[in-house]
Amino acid sequence: MTNHSFQTLINSASSQSTQLCFHCHKCTAGCPVVEEMEYGPDQILRLIQMGEKDALLTSHDIWICASCETCGTRCPNEIDIARVMDALREMAIKEGVKVAEIDAVKFHKLFLFVVQNMGRMHEASLLGAHKLWTMNLLADMDAGVKLIAKGKIPIVPHLIKQRGEVKRIFEKVASNPADQKPVE
Amino acid sequence: MDFSYYPGCSLHSTGSEFDASVQAVFRTLNVGLRELEDWNCCGASSAHVISRGLSLALPARNLGIAEKSGLDVVMPCAACFNRHKSVDYEMRNDPQKRAYLEDVANFSFSGSIHVRPLIDIVANEIGLEKLNSMVKKPLKGLKAVGYYGCLLVRPPEVTGFENPDHPVLMNQILEALGAEALDYAYATECCGGGLTLTKSVIAARMVNRLIDRARETGAEAMVTSCPLCQMNLEMRQGKNGASMPIFYFTELIGLAFNLLESSKWWSKHLVSPTGLLKAKNLL
Repeated sequence: MTNHSFQTLINSASSQSTQLCFHCHKCTAGCPVVEEMEYGPDQILRLIQMGEKDALLTSHDIWICASCETCGTRCPNEIDIARVMDALREMAIKEGVKVAEIDAVKFHKLFLFVVQNMGRMHEASLLGAHKLWTMNLLADMDAGVKLIAKGKIPIVPHLIKQRGEVKRIFEKVASNPADQKPVE
Repeated sequence: MDFSYYPGCSLHSTGSEFDASVQAVFRTLNVGLRELEDWNCCGASSAHVISRGLSLALPARNLGIAEKSGLDVVMPCAACFNRHKSVDYEMRNDPQKRAYLEDVANFSFSGSIHVRPLIDIVANEIGLEKLNSMVKKPLKGLKAVGYYGCLLVRPPEVTGFENPDHPVLMNQILEALGAEALDYAYATECCGGGLTLTKSVIAARMVNRLIDRARETGAEAMVTSCPLCQMNLEMRQGKNGASMPIFYFTELIGLAFNLLESSKWWSKHLVSPTGLLKAKNLL
């Protein structure tokens, strides 16, 4: 794959023009998690311009982004950088690279699995399954116990009636050519 | 005045006191909220991370249901509002995406209704004067900051929210209720709610930055309209000593209206607000 095609794929998946970035650093200056990152938003755009696909798809940064949209709101070239981050994350999962934050990927996959099968979120199923899958059994136990005691995490899930419609949406999206693994 | 109502998953679980306070306040104001029939989860903070397609298609089904009602649909949750409003925006502005989503979600988009955040309805349809006229127990002496977070305001071309750098609706509502609303430079800074279960250490740092800055302004409480922010701000705030109660703005409206139901909301909080409310003679 050429450098050019990586940028083209990200532009196309995010509907953004990442080549417009002239590195004014406004995004990075306003990013609330930049101190946690290795690159930060403007360097991520630079790495896309340079075709550094592996560095980006295996980076922690794309999972540290909080999707707060501050960067895109301030960008003088109107690049919605949060959408670019989404495209990078989606590509990392689809291409099966060694993702830096595998527990985060498991969380989002389980979230969608619950929605696919119940039509709505059921926190007890999501959190329980995530604990088992990541073997991170004790994380946030104190808060979890309190929330259950306060009746804020229902044990019995609510299943919507037209679950078939939601399942069909998942199938149709999965079969959309634009949503398939990019051709190398 | 009637609206369609999309509570979203959080208002049926971790944000149940938000739902209860919205219902109680709207009943008192005689504004009808008709819950959408058999709505589905919009995918909130996870779908867009994994699948752009699902992040658009899941809310699209709800928009189809809402259009049938012929009423504007009100969303209390900022994340749900943001996802549905984004899809509404794409369908209005991108014919190709609209055709794709009409096929996937199996409906024909007319654009006849609008997706609206709850705070817009309260401030602009019900109005501050009306709110003020219904106050039976002014929130005198309660020093609070309004906190909007991200998803209600950004990206502004999609959300259409009033001044995205310096929104004022929340403070105006607080003042209409008799509270002392303080200026807060971090009102639209991210609390890290989307990271709270995947990168909890980072989320905690973000939360405590917001809490510390709110305390520096003299605030005794923060007021929000987002169940993800509320949960994150309560769950991740520092455990050493002083704690900062986090209210939903509709809870404070209910309290100021002196609604009986309001007494049931406070025990739902992870950070109890009862000490503060008693100190202000509001309980």
